[in-house]
Amino acid sequence: MNRLLTTSIVVAALALGACTNPNRFGADGADAGVTAGANAGGIVPGSANDPNSTTYFQQAIGDRVLFEVDQSTLTATGRATLDGQAQWLMTNSDYQAIIEGHADEQGTREYNLALGARRANAAQEYLVSKGVPAGRLRVVSYGKERPIEICSEEACYAKNRRAVTVLAGGLTG
Amino acid sequence: MTMRLLSFCLALICAVSGQVQAQQGPLRIEITEGVIEPLPFAVPGFQPETAEAGQLANDIARVVSGDLVGSGLFREIPASAFISTVSDFNAPVQYADWKAINAQALVTGAVHVQGNSVNVKFRLYDVFSGAELGTGLQFSGTTEGWRRMAHKVADAVYSRITGEGPYFDSRVVYVSETGAKDARQKRLAIMDYDGANVQYLTDSGSIVLAPRFSPSGDRVLYTSYESGFPRIYVLDIGSVQRRVLQSAEGTMSFAPRFSPSGQTVVYSLAQGGNTDIYTMDVASGTSVRLTNTPAIETAPSFSPDGERIVFESDRSGTQQLYVMAATGGAPTRISFGEGRYGTPVWSPRGDLVAFTKQNKGRFHIGVMRLDGSEERLLTASFLDEGPTWSPNGRVIMFSRETQGAGGSSALYSVDISGRNLRPVRTPEGGSDPSWSPLQK
Repeated sequence: MNRLLTTSIVVAALALGACTNPNRFGADGADAGVTAGANAGGIVPGSANDPNSTTYFQQAIGDRVLFEVDQSTLTATGRATLDGQAQWLMTNSDYQAIIEGHADEQGTREYNLALGARRANAAQEYLVSKGVPAGRLRVVSYGKERPIEICSEEACYAKNRRAVTVLAGGLTG
Repeated sequence: MTMRLLSFCLALICAVSGQVQAQQGPLRIEITEGVIEPLPFAVPGFQPETAEAGQLANDIARVVSGDLVGSGLFREIPASAFISTVSDFNAPVQYADWKAINAQALVTGAVHVQGNSVNVKFRLYDVFSGAELGTGLQFSGTTEGWRRMAHKVADAVYSRITGEGPYFDSRVVYVSETGAKDARQKRLAIMDYDGANVQYLTDSGSIVLAPRFSPSGDRVLYTSYESGFPRIYVLDIGSVQRRVLQSAEGTMSFAPRFSPSGQTVVYSLAQGGNTDIYTMDVASGTSVRLTNTPAIETAPSFSPDGERIVFESDRSGTQQLYVMAATGGAPTRISFGEGRYGTPVWSPRGDLVAFTKQNKGRFHIGVMRLDGSEERLLTASFLDEGPTWSPNGRVIMFSRETQGAGGSSALYSVDISGRNLRPVRTPEGGSDPSWSPLQK
């Protein structure tokens, strides 16, 4: 119980951090906090083995879906990932999410912002169609501003054309 | 040399360049006919008229030469080739000595410094005609503003010889960048057109994108993630105060530009995954939707008369350029070449649109007429984008991002003829330049 409480506080602190700073690509750099709380080992609450943990959401279900060049249509793999995300969000109804749309660098800045908006929206609409209340989801486009892979090859571009569901809130009561 | 007020001097420059346009003398560069050989000129130092003026006299002469050489239209003859010197601003010029070293234009000047105030005089001579070209002018200012006075001298020389409008006395607002591609830090910066006097206008706490000058050069529109979502801000350059333009919850707004009046902003707004073009009255915040399609409509830019807007849309399946009335309505497609066309910018002269073209894995900066004819690609690289026009519509500045994990972004300028491609040096990386109007 004691351990559970401590873990809850840590998770709450992380969640609060995410909540008060929706711009996680600020001065602290990219993707801060995505792997925070990762914990190999037994079934530790809050770890990747706990199906209600954010780590489980990010790693086991998968927090992102990928897109073809200049497309915002969800792939079969993408829909399967979003099915898992929808289920998790329905179970863990304390959480809200911001869906980030991203593009690879092969495009002009403004167009890529609009393309990222299309991608984030495609993911959002799918989650809503699976029952996640629209009021718990927000979208933001980063265009080509925040790639996760930095080579100028298709292997990197493929990972950069993505919509990432970033959890916020939860356990704040 | 008569003493004149600055405003009167500026009026005179216009009158003089008008005369030059009609003149068929030898000292004339017709930019439109294609300049291959830069015109040789000499600047035999500016004369210090007071003891304190020595350093500034040298510095001003150096900036004047730098502007002229940087335009790609002029070549400086080094002092080591000079036969005679000019030791008195009012003494007669020894034309034969300058003719002998093929200096077609001769620029002489004198600098007077007293305390914090500077006075710069200059004369331009057409060596082969053996006559002064235009009337001597002088500019007054403070020691801090000495570079602007140098740019004004260079502008007058440039305008008299080319018949084109001036552009050296101008500034550029841009995004200063540091860090790798996946953690890039961005902040707004402003500098003289030649990269001098860089000042930062924001910190790098949030992503900032695509600043755009107001028509009077006193404000900047830009997009910032300060709220966590892309929103448009207007920043007063003098006070560095900024305010956000109203936008509805759940929307994202970006790609803003001022109308020529400075009272309206045209921009893109994304809602429900769809991006369309709107205008907003800056004072009241009232917005009007101009496009309404499921396609991406973005990167709008007003015509200089404020009557029309050029923008990009992928309604045909790929990004192409369109022109519509400033009040909206059915647009006309103007780009029909191979590849994709984006980021159109109407030239200040109204005759051309500059754009970014993406074709076969390469990016180009190009220009075309408003009916889509006479498309000309000026650059080619892994990633060129975001053109902006010099105040006289003769030069384009843009960003170039280099390939690969170590890639970075830098500013470049190029003539609308496609010649004179050169880097614009900035202390850090640079992107999204916006060229100011000529300073007042």
